[in-house]
Amino acid sequence: MDAPIFETRALTKIYRTGAVEVQALRGVDFEATRGEFVVLLGPSGSGKSTFLNIIGGLDRATSGVVRFAEHDLTAMEERELTLYRRDHVGFVFQFYNLVPSLTALENVQLVTEIARAPMRAEEALAVVGLADRLDHFPAQLSGGEQQRVAIARAIAKRPEVLLCDEPTGALDSATGVRVLDALVRVNAELGATTLVITHNAAIREIAHRVVHFGDGRILSTHVNAGRKAPSEISW
Amino acid sequence: MSALHRKLLRDLMRLWPQALAIALVMAAGAATLILGVGTHGSLAETRAAYYERSRFADVFADLTRAPEVFADEIARIPGVGAVETRISKLALLDLPDMVEPASAMIVSLPDVREQRLDLLHMVRGRPPAAGAEREVVVSRPFADANRFDLGSTFTALINGRERTLEIVGIALSAEFIYAMGPGDLMPDDRRFGVVWMSERALAAAWDLTGAFSTVHLALMRDASEAAVIERLDDLLTRYGGLGAHGRKDQTSHAFLDAELKQLEAMSKILPPIFLVVAAFLVNMTLTRLIALEREQIGLLKALGYSDLAVGRHYLEFVAVIAVVGAALGVGAGTWLGMGMAGIYSDFFHFPFLVFRLDPSVWAVAVGVTLAAALGGAAAAVAGVVRLPPAVAMQPPAPARYRHGVAHRFYRALAVRQTMVMVIRHIGHRPLRSLGSVLGIALAVSVLVGSLWVYGSTELMIDVTFHRSDRQHATIGFARSRGASALADVAALPGVMVTEPFRTIPVKIRHGAVVRRVAISGRARDTDLSRLLDADFRPVVLPETGIALSDMLAKILDVRVGDTVEVELLERDRRRVDVVVTAIITAYLGLGAHMDLAAASRLMREGEELSGVHIAYDPARRDELFARIKRTPVAGFVALQPVALQKYRETLEQNLHIMVSIYAMLGMIIAFGVVYNFARISLSEQGREMASLRVLGLSRGEVSGILLSELAILTLAAQPLGWLLGHVIAGAMVRGLENELYRVPLVILPEVHAWASLVIAVSALASGLVVRRRIDRLDLIEVLKTRE
Ligand SMILES: Nc1ncnc2c1ncn2[C@@H]1O[C@H](COP(=O)(O)OP(=O)(O)OP(=O)(O)O)[C@@H](O)[C@H]1O
Ligand SMILES: [Mg+2]
Repeated sequence: MDAPIFETRALTKIYRTGAVEVQALRGVDFEATRGEFVVLLGPSGSGKSTFLNIIGGLDRATSGVVRFAEHDLTAMEERELTLYRRDHVGFVFQFYNLVPSLTALENVQLVTEIARAPMRAEEALAVVGLADRLDHFPAQLSGGEQQRVAIARAIAKRPEVLLCDEPTGALDSATGVRVLDALVRVNAELGATTLVITHNAAIREIAHRVVHFGDGRILSTHVNAGRKAPSEISW
Repeated sequence: MSALHRKLLRDLMRLWPQALAIALVMAAGAATLILGVGTHGSLAETRAAYYERSRFADVFADLTRAPEVFADEIARIPGVGAVETRISKLALLDLPDMVEPASAMIVSLPDVREQRLDLLHMVRGRPPAAGAEREVVVSRPFADANRFDLGSTFTALINGRERTLEIVGIALSAEFIYAMGPGDLMPDDRRFGVVWMSERALAAAWDLTGAFSTVHLALMRDASEAAVIERLDDLLTRYGGLGAHGRKDQTSHAFLDAELKQLEAMSKILPPIFLVVAAFLVNMTLTRLIALEREQIGLLKALGYSDLAVGRHYLEFVAVIAVVGAALGVGAGTWLGMGMAGIYSDFFHFPFLVFRLDPSVWAVAVGVTLAAALGGAAAAVAGVVRLPPAVAMQPPAPARYRHGVAHRFYRALAVRQTMVMVIRHIGHRPLRSLGSVLGIALAVSVLVGSLWVYGSTELMIDVTFHRSDRQHATIGFARSRGASALADVAALPGVMVTEPFRTIPVKIRHGAVVRRVAISGRARDTDLSRLLDADFRPVVLPETGIALSDMLAKILDVRVGDTVEVELLERDRRRVDVVVTAIITAYLGLGAHMDLAAASRLMREGEELSGVHIAYDPARRDELFARIKRTPVAGFVALQPVALQKYRETLEQNLHIMVSIYAMLGMIIAFGVVYNFARISLSEQGREMASLRVLGLSRGEVSGILLSELAILTLAAQPLGWLLGHVIAGAMVRGLENELYRVPLVILPEVHAWASLVIAVSALASGLVVRRRIDRLDLIEVLKTRE
């Protein structure tokens, strides 16, 4: 295998709210290689989102090391983290977080305008199968379509990593499959290392590797011998 | 405390900056109302009390000479309550340490009886002893300006003879609140004063023993002033009466009255602006608050709170803000009003100040503030009352955006998507955006509406002092003299140019309108003192007819070619019809002008002169002044350069105060509007902004969205603000205009620039305050929650 694109060592995160301390991460050691498709599973409150947010440069670790390629995220300033997100990371969340005043195309252009080597916005929307809905505003699209716009927006910059937090959480099975299909295609075609958090155990089967979180730690890792295509699963 | 009241308190605490910004705008409205009404009320009250206590006369008449016993006859005119006779004459003064000649109104004090009218208010010292030739009481402003105290001495030219006078008393008089020297434009306390002397001493100096030259009357409550004046004029014709007049034509009263009327007019301009803006801010903020609390409203109603109870909750929210705003405004307005009344009272030298604020003014201020607030809240709260709980519990329909006509241009012009967001957000709630533009525009207009006065004053000064009355000095004779007097003046050291003039006191009448003015007879084509047309070009006086100042023409409602009736107040009181042959531009006073020869014909006498305008060689100024002070040529001397300087000082002082207050008020409006708009915009778009930050947009890029939005509104507001500023300036011109002076409406280009700059800075400041919140947006929080 290649040198890991992501590497975390002894990663901890403590949230302090007044006198109360919550230890969200208690020493996470993790690696992911280029082009890998990883699914993160675990009970609610086990620290999955916290982990994803830290490696995505949205949040800071309390201690430990996070490396992306040759960059040390823990040493980065706010401004550098912004550039890191801008240039390397694509995010997809459960709530699509589209800008309601912009059309599908414009939501994607929001990113292509500032990215270093983006694909065309129309192209990104074609990848997720929305080439014919370019001029629709979010309010005119279904949940699944909105989520696919969000994916198009995440991939349009040709990110090296794609971080997805419960991307199908708000969708029914059939729609969820279309969204996962888009993620798998992007992973294959762009070679973007993809991390997907889910509560849906069925989804594990489309991953190269499955990581189990529990109580702020990685409890186990499981490499899938044979991957399934999204169309082969349902829930 | 009920749960709803606790929610009310929490909401207020959470939204305190917005609530405060709104309260401040309301406070400004209430404060300007109280300031205006309070200052005006206090000054009017003080004046009334002052007039009352010092028994200020109602009718005034000057004459050549009448025997003392004649006063009894005057007292028998029906309606006359009291008669005061006196001798009053102008005199030139030679003050220690002053190169320029000064002058004084010398007024007699009765020796054996008490004053009946126009009582002196002694500040220090005592009245002069009966018959004392050297002892005088002087007016306090004159004493203060010249650092005189009891025992100080100065020299006066009384009826051509030099006298050394000693100050034994210092006093104030309701008759000379506004003490202006002859030929002056503004009171100059250093160069003009009032001097009271023993009647016997004064009569001896002017050969008026047992006689008087001035009579003042107090009228009975229901007397007709016009009838008394007419009767008095008839009686005084024999004694060289110069036409009696009421308080309206008494210099001091007229100027004071003009000032008070101005204050009153000005006090009506600002408050409505603030109240409109406050109502709008309430509407905007409450609408957003209600949108955010939709589900809570549904919940409350579902729990069994009545529609009205929920509606009242939001009205109470607004009412609290309004009460705080009104309280701040009442406090600030009262405090400022007291300060302002104090400043004016000093300016007028009132011996006391009655600062009385009618509680009804407070009630009105609080009332209109509440009314504006509740008016602003009405629509939003009505929506709350109508909202069915079931609908409220559902999330609101997602904001619907549609393609505008501009859609294609954005793509063609490669407009950035963040800018498209900005434009669509502005267009999404057009009424709110327009309201904000209007609010900012009003802020700009308040500045334009105050800053213009500087340029206008400069124009007035330029026209008056540099184009119209360009003489260095005006020498007025104590009584009119033959044409040979001109040669006497020309022979004075340093005099280079002379222009003689003749003043003829008249009543000028057209239809039912009458005014007392002095016709100035003058050489037709003069170079120093010139008449100007509407375009400020010198006018050559026509050989016949009369030229009226534009204000007088307006008052009489006459045009060139119309005929006015002129009634001579000197000599035979003849009435003559004269054709108006020119209208000239003048900002000060009511002017009427005739060719000198025509004036002589009107008077049916040879060429008589009242005075001479001169230009002198500045190098020989001191020599000239020294001569004037010692020789009985002049009854008074008006000095243009000194007048100009005094004029500037007085105006600038007053203008600075007014403009600073207006600028501050404008900034409060701008800050309040922009801050509230920004907070609401952030509340609506905060989630999007956080998600843009997640996408990798920098803090600067994201806050740029909000700042651009504010910038667009602020920019769009400027032209409208300028326009409204012109409207306000126009209203101010009308409010400032009176028969004594008017202000030209000129708004220089830089006024717009300054107004815009101040408002832009204020808008930017509120934008930057909100920007700090954008910088601190919690990126992760928004990702966890659905909108
Ligand atoms: N901002 C925060 N402040 C305080 N505690 C927090 C914060 N964010 C997360 N936590 C706590 O950290 C722990 C890990 O939270 P995290 O969101 O990472 O869990 P998760 O595995 O993503 O759960 P879920 O599957 O429900 O999304 C939880 O106990 C949570 O309560
Ligand atoms: Mg989570």
